[in-house]
Parts: sequence; structure tokens; C-alpha cells
Amino acid sequence: MTLYLSFLVLIPLGAVVWKSQSNGWSAFWQQVRTPEAWDALKLTLTISAGVALFNLVMGTIIAWVLVRDDFPGKGAVELFIDLPFALPTIVAGVVLLSLYGPRSPAHVDIAFTRTAITVALLFVTLPFVVRTVQPVLIELDRDMESAAASLGASPFLIARRIILPNLVPAMLTGTGLAFARAIGEFGSVSLVSGNLPFHTEVSAVNIYNQIQSDNPVGAAAQSTVLLVIAFVVLFVLDRLKRWGVRRG
Amino acid sequence: MANALSDGTVAVRGDRRPVARYGLRFVALGYLLVLLAAPVAMVFYRAFQHGLGPVWSALTSSEARSAIEVTLIVAISAVVLNTLFGVGTALLLVRRRFPGRHLLDVLVDIPQAVSPIVVGLALILVYGKFGFFGSWIERNGLKIIFSLPGMVLATSFVSLPLVVRSVAPVLAELGDEQEQAARTLGASSWQTFRRITFPSIRDALAYGVVLSLARSLGEYGAVTVVSGHVIGKTLTLTLFIDERLQNFDQPAAYSAAVLLAIIAMGSLLISRRFRTRSRSVL
Repeated sequence: MTLYLSFLVLIPLGAVVWKSQSNGWSAFWQQVRTPEAWDALKLTLTISAGVALFNLVMGTIIAWVLVRDDFPGKGAVELFIDLPFALPTIVAGVVLLSLYGPRSPAHVDIAFTRTAITVALLFVTLPFVVRTVQPVLIELDRDMESAAASLGASPFLIARRIILPNLVPAMLTGTGLAFARAIGEFGSVSLVSGNLPFHTEVSAVNIYNQIQSDNPVGAAAQSTVLLVIAFVVLFVLDRLKRWGVRRG
Repeated sequence: MANALSDGTVAVRGDRRPVARYGLRFVALGYLLVLLAAPVAMVFYRAFQHGLGPVWSALTSSEARSAIEVTLIVAISAVVLNTLFGVGTALLLVRRRFPGRHLLDVLVDIPQAVSPIVVGLALILVYGKFGFFGSWIERNGLKIIFSLPGMVLATSFVSLPLVVRSVAPVLAELGDEQEQAARTLGASSWQTFRRITFPSIRDALAYGVVLSLARSLGEYGAVTVVSGHVIGKTLTLTLFIDERLQNFDQPAAYSAAVLLAIIAMGSLLISRRFRTRSRSVL
């Protein structure tokens, strides 16, 4: 099993890092810092961070509404909240363009803009925070809230001092996962962004273009940067999980 | 409105302050409507606005039929690989202690964090013409990159964790008392697996397989790098959508998108059932 996984995962990823270093460290850095690649990287990280933070807020609100509120059609919402995970990313792109693209019936045409990248990333990362916060919220002991309320705490105070501290590890985990997913997203973004260099070209698209224009070293360099960032995020999340477990 | 609990305390509900409650509900549902529900509904409307006929003919053109065929071949091969190695890996991780176990555990989760484009690049660098094993592979008359085997590899890479992570927790929860009992009674390891282990992980495995199949049918980024886009040969449905869009054939692209969306929704419904059932086993 380890052998199979080595041939499928470990050796290929190792080859990416190896290739990126094949002309030495300074050449690697040069490839990362070419104006087009560097711009793509900055754009990717900025938008992904914004998207992750927006998810932090909206995901928590959605999880709250799904757990504590009740309304007709909740079952359907509960089921289809996972649709962005099940839907192929290019279909996500087609879906967004059909309503917010050229010939938009809502007269909102965001195609080939940075807004489109943001919306596509919000779409594909939607379930992360919802699905990490929801189980914690379900398990949350309501006696504490009752106790606080009977002692005269306002709902705002209860939310801030009792509910929020319990949710923070889950909220951060979901946000981190959403960020890691966003920096690598290709299908939906490549379709809606138009991939204009220096304007709407993200890292994954930049890597793809470098592969197509036969610059494997540059593609590998940019890939290595994405890999390192994703692994750092996963490492921090792992630490966060242990910290959450230790705290009880 | 406050609910009195049996012990006399007052349960605090969001509904004590209806403004906050309706406000949050409005924000959450409004967001989901604008981001998710309306666009998905729109693509269905666009595809079916002239009835079923155009969709049917778009999906039965020879190019589309070949794309469906390639998609099925690639996805099913990847799912078979993932099922075999997924169950094997889950058993290893849960039941055995061996050097390198932690490495294996980490390896399984890596694909989730890797951009699909990087997956494609990684496979090219190893199995492509100028890759580590590429020249050896070429000399033996095989072709992996820009043909089906590479697409299968790319697809199994991205859907790798799904079976393992569905089966492993159930295995861990079950414990191995029954398996050991079967072995002391003289059952071979295959018999033990077939009679004891498999029946208890069946629903969890089905859940993982459905997720894995859905993911495999819809993979785009990793496959686009290694496929070579040979129409009629290495074009999957997702690549077909891209190719049709570039030729300004929106109706065909919408039809294929709707087909994949229906598959995605179906897999959500089916996987939900298996997940509930696999949890009720515990």
C-alpha cells in the first residue's frame, strides 16, 4: 500500500520539488519572481484570504441558522449545502456564468473580473466552515447558555463569552481548509476569470500556462510555493486540532 | 418565547429575539440563494429552455458519446483502484503497527491539499516522456501521459482519501475482537475479511465509493493537464464542456453541465443515505 501511494503521491510530488530546484535556489527564486508569476501569486493569496475570512463569517451564520433555527425547506438546504463539493469545478464555473456572465438575465455581468474569481472561490469553498462548525454547535451544551441568561446576560454577551469561544477552533479549521482549497482552485476560476495576465490570472492558471508553454521548471517552482503554503496551513490546523482537544 | 426545561431553568433560544433570528435567517438564506441556488437553477433553465430535444441531441452527438464513454472508463478504473487500495490502506492504518505508518497516514490526506494542476504537473514530471520513469515506459511501448492510464492516475490521486477516510473510522470503532475470534476458530484471512469485516464496513465503503465516483466523474484540472485533449479519444465530459465553450457552442456545454450536475445531486442523495446507515452500525 505504501508502495502504491509512493508511486502515486510521494514520488510525483517529490519530482515537482526536485524539478523546481534543478537549476539551483536562485534560479528557483527567479522563476517565482517573474512579474507574471509573482502577480498571479499575490492575487491568489489576497483573494483566497479574503474569501476564507468571508467564509468564516457567512459559514458560521449559516451553521447557526441550520442548527438553531427552524423553517420550511430546512432539510433541502441542509442537503444541498454540500453541492459545491459534489459539483465538478468546471460545472461550477458554467453555473456562475449562466447567471452572472455575458447575457446575464439579472444584468450582472462579472465575467473576466477579479469579482468573478472571488465569487467562484466563495462558491467552491462554501461548505467548509458550515460543515466544521455545525457539529460543534449541535454538541454545544445549552445549559451554559441558560445559566448565563438566568444570571442576566444579554444574548450578545452570551454569544461573545460562551458560544463563540467554543466555536473558535472549528471556525478556524474551516477557514484554513477553505483557504488551502482556494489557493489551488483551477476549474471554476479558469473559466470565469478570462485569465488575463497581471489582472485575473491566478497561480493555478499560471502553472497551467507555463506547462503549456513548455516551461516545466517555472511551473514546478510556482507549484512548490503553493505546496509549501498548503502544507503549512495543514500543519497549523493539525496543531490547532490538538490544542482544541487538549482544552477539552 | 422561552422554553421552560424540566429542571425549571429557562432555555435560551434564538427566538427570544425574533429580529435577530429572522435577520440571521434572511442573511444565510439570501446568501445561499444568490451564490448557490439561483445560479444552479439558471443553468438548468438555460439547458432546458427549448425542451428536452436539444439536450438529448447534444448529449448523443458522437463527440459527446465518446466523452461520456471516456469519462466512465476513467472514473470506474479510478474508483476500482481507490476501493482496493482504500480498503487495504484503511485496514493497514487501523489494524497494524509498523514503521512508516505515520507516513502512510499523512500521504493519504495530501491530495486534498494539492492543487489539481500541481497533481497533473507532478504526474507529467514522473511518467511523461522526459520524466523519471518516462523513458523506460516509452521504451517498453507504453504510454501513460496524454492517454487513458495517466488520466486514471490523475483521477485516483485526487479522489484518494475518500474511501480510506470513510472506512477507517468504522474499522477503528468496530475493534478487532470478532476478527480475532474468527481467526482462532481457524478462518483464513480472506474468509475473515469476507464474512466478518466486510459486512460491517459495507455501508461506509459504499459511502466512500459514491463520493469517490462523483469526484472522479467530475475531475477537471488534473485531467486537463495529462489528457492531451484528443477529441474522441481522451476528452472527458468536463473537458468536453471546456472544448464546447471555446467553440461557442453554449447549448452543448450547458447540456453536459446539467448532466454532471444531476449526477452530483444524485450522489449527494445516495451518499447521505449510506452515511446515515453506516453511522447507525456503530
